[in-house]
Amino acid sequence: MSILINKDTKIITQGITGKTGQFHTEKCIEYANGKNCFVAGVNPKKAGEKIFDVPIFASVKDAASATGATVSVIYVPPAGAAAAIWEACEADLDLAICITEGIPVRDMLVVRNKMRQKVAAGGKETLLLGPNCPGLITPDEVKIGIMPGHIHKKGRIGVVSRSGTLTYEAVGQLTELGLGQSSAVGIGGDPINGLKHIDVMKAFNDDPDTDAVIMIGEIGGPDEAEAAVWCKANMKKPIVGFIAGVTAPPGKRMGHAGALISGGADTADAKLAIMEECGFKVTRNPSEMGKLLKALL
Amino acid sequence: MKIHEYQAKEVLRKFGVVTPRGVPCFSVDEAVKAAEQLGGAIWVVKAQIHAGGRGKGGGVKLARSLDEVKTVAGQILGMQLVTHQTGPGGQKVRRLLVEEGADIKKEYYVAALTDRATQKVAMMASSEGGMDIEEVAHKTPEKIIKVFIDPLVGLTDAQAKELAAGIGVPEASQAMAIDTFKKLYTCYMETDASLAEINPLILEGNGNIKALDAKFNFDSNALFRHPEIMEMRDLDEEDADEIEASKFDLAYISLDGNIGCLVNGAGLAMATMDTIKLFGAEPANFLDVGGGATTEKVTEAFKIMLKNPKVKGILVNIFGGIMRCDTIATGVVAAAKETHLSVPLVVRMKGTNEDIGKQILRDSGLPIISADSMAEAATKIVEAVK
Repeated sequence: MSILINKDTKIITQGITGKTGQFHTEKCIEYANGKNCFVAGVNPKKAGEKIFDVPIFASVKDAASATGATVSVIYVPPAGAAAAIWEACEADLDLAICITEGIPVRDMLVVRNKMRQKVAAGGKETLLLGPNCPGLITPDEVKIGIMPGHIHKKGRIGVVSRSGTLTYEAVGQLTELGLGQSSAVGIGGDPINGLKHIDVMKAFNDDPDTDAVIMIGEIGGPDEAEAAVWCKANMKKPIVGFIAGVTAPPGKRMGHAGALISGGADTADAKLAIMEECGFKVTRNPSEMGKLLKALL
Repeated sequence: MKIHEYQAKEVLRKFGVVTPRGVPCFSVDEAVKAAEQLGGAIWVVKAQIHAGGRGKGGGVKLARSLDEVKTVAGQILGMQLVTHQTGPGGQKVRRLLVEEGADIKKEYYVAALTDRATQKVAMMASSEGGMDIEEVAHKTPEKIIKVFIDPLVGLTDAQAKELAAGIGVPEASQAMAIDTFKKLYTCYMETDASLAEINPLILEGNGNIKALDAKFNFDSNALFRHPEIMEMRDLDEEDADEIEASKFDLAYISLDGNIGCLVNGAGLAMATMDTIKLFGAEPANFLDVGGGATTEKVTEAFKIMLKNPKVKGILVNIFGGIMRCDTIATGVVAAAKETHLSVPLVVRMKGTNEDIGKQILRDSGLPIISADSMAEAATKIVEAVK
């Protein structure tokens, strides 16, 4: 088992014909059961054509009804990415994973509120992962996104992070220690996003095949603290925590649009403190995330 | 992206918010002419730099005659203005704003910003205008009124009224305050701002509501659809190295330490900086080369880091995923040769083609120190610069 996706997941790629979409779709198809999982692409101008043997449809709705796909991955460029997310929601998919970096915050605000309004009116909820994220992977089953597949190993540790390469760092350490992963999830570095640490921690808590979790955060925003408080009351599994940005100066955007100290409890120190208080095994040394987790098992 | 106060007021006026009349000036002569043109008996001469706290630093002065305008404009223009936001070196004043005086009866605060937790736009207002809002939030949080605006609905009359009444705007002026809040919200949304702050928002003797000072930040992801805002960018106010880096699509931020670092990925870059500190030194910069680093990009990154005279050593930390370690290694070797690197260099590479990458570094004949983990890399570079 795993969270959110597995070897039977059927996936649509929005933006499959663009340079990034093509490059990563090919890698995802090559990984584990990818060939059977990536069943459709979307491009209104190329409907009826095929790419890597994957049929292209005019819309997400068409693709979903023709293939039974329930998940989409989005590589659409920033100016049209929020509209692509909304298209996935209107097609009533279970999950949309948005890789795109650089989407205007206002577009994300609008689409997130539209998604909420749809659910409030009794519509089906589509979960969103990202944007500006590496995607997620269930090792040896399916990889949806841009992470390097070969560093992963099937196993029972969950990983969740806002950062791409820092997720790979944690995964790499675990694999080196012989600890495989149930799923590794990148929730993305944008200020307005879909699934948050708390949502992914809930999923790992409920997953019978996850024994422990590495939760990685960074400066900016309240999400890690919120997740920590929830974990204190509910989480039944050991957690190793790391927050990047102890040395980040306030008021400066550190690469990620959401990595910005803007006052209050959003510094790395404040988050580390609350995570520790909530029972996480926290570290200030990102090289020992894997080792610490092993010691907790 | 930030803009100057006079530009922020232009933006606000475009959306119907009332501000004092004023003229931006680039010389003392222009300042005197501006005062003459504005008329009246009292003027405010304000330094235009992006940092806040200008008044306390001596960058805002009153003048009661044209001679005084000339004197204070001469004092402020060209001064190295030091505020709590500029750092000890201060920022050179190159532009002034000359404004008509205002009849201030009461000062308020109002700002719009994106609230991450609720995923709505927060508008916050306070009766404590003219002060540092962080301080108000810390000492007297009850004096800040906040409403959360659904972008599908907009700022409602009830919310605007709640703000106006909540900060104690007198009954007779509430309609104008409500109107101002609504215009501020529209302006915030339509310009893709990430912060729109009026501090102070004033009540004048005649009951009018006016924006006496204003500050905007804009979402850099949305600038592609706002050429009119891009035009307001003032490169003199930005870090020269950061501008240079952005030309090569590198995310770079100068810091105070002496270890330069070059990393792929923002999170890993911060983690690398943190590790350097953990092992006893301070990072000289944040630098994310991104996912598609080429030899040229890595070379530019080295040049930018090495421009900083404080840099005594460099740590390269790459987790190769889609970006292969051999590509990076080739880039690092080329960059080290082209820049005639004379400071110690530690390289830590993990992931795709790690072994080929390490071999390239060994074969280069350069004194590159290799490391397996971030901790080892940090230990080695800290040792090397001692």
